[in-house]
Amino acid sequence: MVKDNVIEVCGLTKRFGAFTAVDGISFAVARGEIFGFLGANGAGKTTAMRMLCGLSYPTDGRGSVAGYDVMTQGEQIKRYIGYMSQRFSLYEELTVKENMELFGGIYGMRRSEIRHRTDELLQQIEFAAHAGERVGRLPLGWRQKLAFMVAMIHKPEIVFLDEPTGGVDPITRRQFWTLIRHAATAGTTIFVTTHYMDEAAFCDRVSIMVDGRIKALDTPASLMQQMQARNMNEVFVKLCR
Amino acid sequence: MQIRMSSFVRKEMLHILRDKRTMLVVIVIPLMLILLFGFTVSTDVSNIDVVVSAPVRSSDVESSVRHLASSPYITFVGYIDMASIDAMLRSGKASAAVVYAADYAVTHDVQLVIDGADANTAATTNAYLQVIIAGGQPSPFEMHMLYNPQMKSSFNFIPGIMGMIFILICAMMTSISIVKEKENGTMEVLLVSPVRPIYIVISKMIPYLMLSFIDLIIILLLAHYAMEVPMTGGVGGIIVVSVVYLVLSLTLGLMVSNLVQSQIAALLISAMVMMMPVLFFSGMLFPIDNLPWALRWISYVVPARWYIDAMRKLMIMGVGLEGVLLELGVLLLETLVLFVASVMKFNDRLE
Repeated sequence: MVKDNVIEVCGLTKRFGAFTAVDGISFAVARGEIFGFLGANGAGKTTAMRMLCGLSYPTDGRGSVAGYDVMTQGEQIKRYIGYMSQRFSLYEELTVKENMELFGGIYGMRRSEIRHRTDELLQQIEFAAHAGERVGRLPLGWRQKLAFMVAMIHKPEIVFLDEPTGGVDPITRRQFWTLIRHAATAGTTIFVTTHYMDEAAFCDRVSIMVDGRIKALDTPASLMQQMQARNMNEVFVKLCR
Repeated sequence: MQIRMSSFVRKEMLHILRDKRTMLVVIVIPLMLILLFGFTVSTDVSNIDVVVSAPVRSSDVESSVRHLASSPYITFVGYIDMASIDAMLRSGKASAAVVYAADYAVTHDVQLVIDGADANTAATTNAYLQVIIAGGQPSPFEMHMLYNPQMKSSFNFIPGIMGMIFILICAMMTSISIVKEKENGTMEVLLVSPVRPIYIVISKMIPYLMLSFIDLIIILLLAHYAMEVPMTGGVGGIIVVSVVYLVLSLTLGLMVSNLVQSQIAALLISAMVMMMPVLFFSGMLFPIDNLPWALRWISYVVPARWYIDAMRKLMIMGVGLEGVLLELGVLLLETLVLFVASVMKFNDRLE
């Protein structure tokens, strides 16, 4: 089987003055894969992710996302990716449905298409009954699931999730990962950062960043084996210490 | 791929309509300012308490004093002798004294003694007394006050308030609304989407432009029907110049939102850098010609100064658009410069 990579990165580097935030990282992510992008705070994860999303220009290196060059084709990349920020980022004054309509409109979807997709996504999280509620009044767990669904509205090839489950209760986190698994099975590539090591174990492969470099990249099972660790937590602590 | 602007503009409208504070600022404050300045706050001087000193009470003097006392602006307190003028002014029983020369019948010499503790009131009192006394005697001057014969200060304030309100709504509200998206993290999501930043900005501007336009109409109606501002030059010119000023204010707001990261900073910058110059350098409160030369030069770049000048000419003098081409030209030029600068500054990558 020919590997169909939706993200390919080679020597990607980002410097801010004398400080090197991301130091020549290289990796590839296959279509439909759940790729865990781990690292301690300040290791350079967010900076790396921003370069992949076309939010920030790399200082050096090459990379392609959805077949487009991160250096020169940022605008094309933006059409094929979904993004969920670590800060909650739906419009609180708008209702669930209005948020869906807005982002659908932003991605140039037709009204009928948006309506259809909204129903589909809300059914998936069993939230159709609350479509008319203002997002600001919903509990955090629901908001996060909604933000994920909104990031999926235009059926992106890749979804970038920046700490999507921060501050969310364990049950909702489990539901969230069911949604992620579902999206991946349907062919969407998931690029996710997290600080929860139990979540890392759900990923197909994880990379662990330390001081701007990728220090390990493999399936959770082989990482545990290589590091002689009982769980991902130990792997992480051993690598980052 | 077609990005639908309408869904964006709709979203902005919903934000404004659902936020009661925004509606308050946009509709209630302008109304309040107009009513406050138009009807209550006033630099008009009325009920000037005047004493008269005349060593010789000739019939000429008495006729002049009758004329003086009949003026609605003057309260005639009585005749006193020269020596007690100072005491009368100090005690506050009078704010001005009119001294007729002994040979008034021949020379028509009159001396005015005015309480100068409040310089503005003193200047106005001086002007009133001169006009009134001159009107009661044979004079080489024929006084004829054009455009605002009753010297109503509300006439003067309305253009000033317009200059201020549009800065408030267009510059302050717009900058706060853009910065709010940065603060809430929604801007990040918008920037990851294929929306071009310029669309984000334009769709932010449209609702505020519409609201300002509603305000403009309300102000013009109030000014004309409640305050009897003449506007004989027609409203066409007023609207054209105002729309240019609105766009300019929006661009200023965009500029501010580019420079700051928090709503509170946007608010402060708008208030300090934009509202203060409107008050001090626009001629709204203090005549520009009275400013020291350095400040006068600053006033030349304050857009409100040109706008308020143009509005005075259009609303009070009643000239047409052709009478304010210089002002219009300056405003257009400033709009263009600011627009190019802020669009260039508006970075589409968050760095």
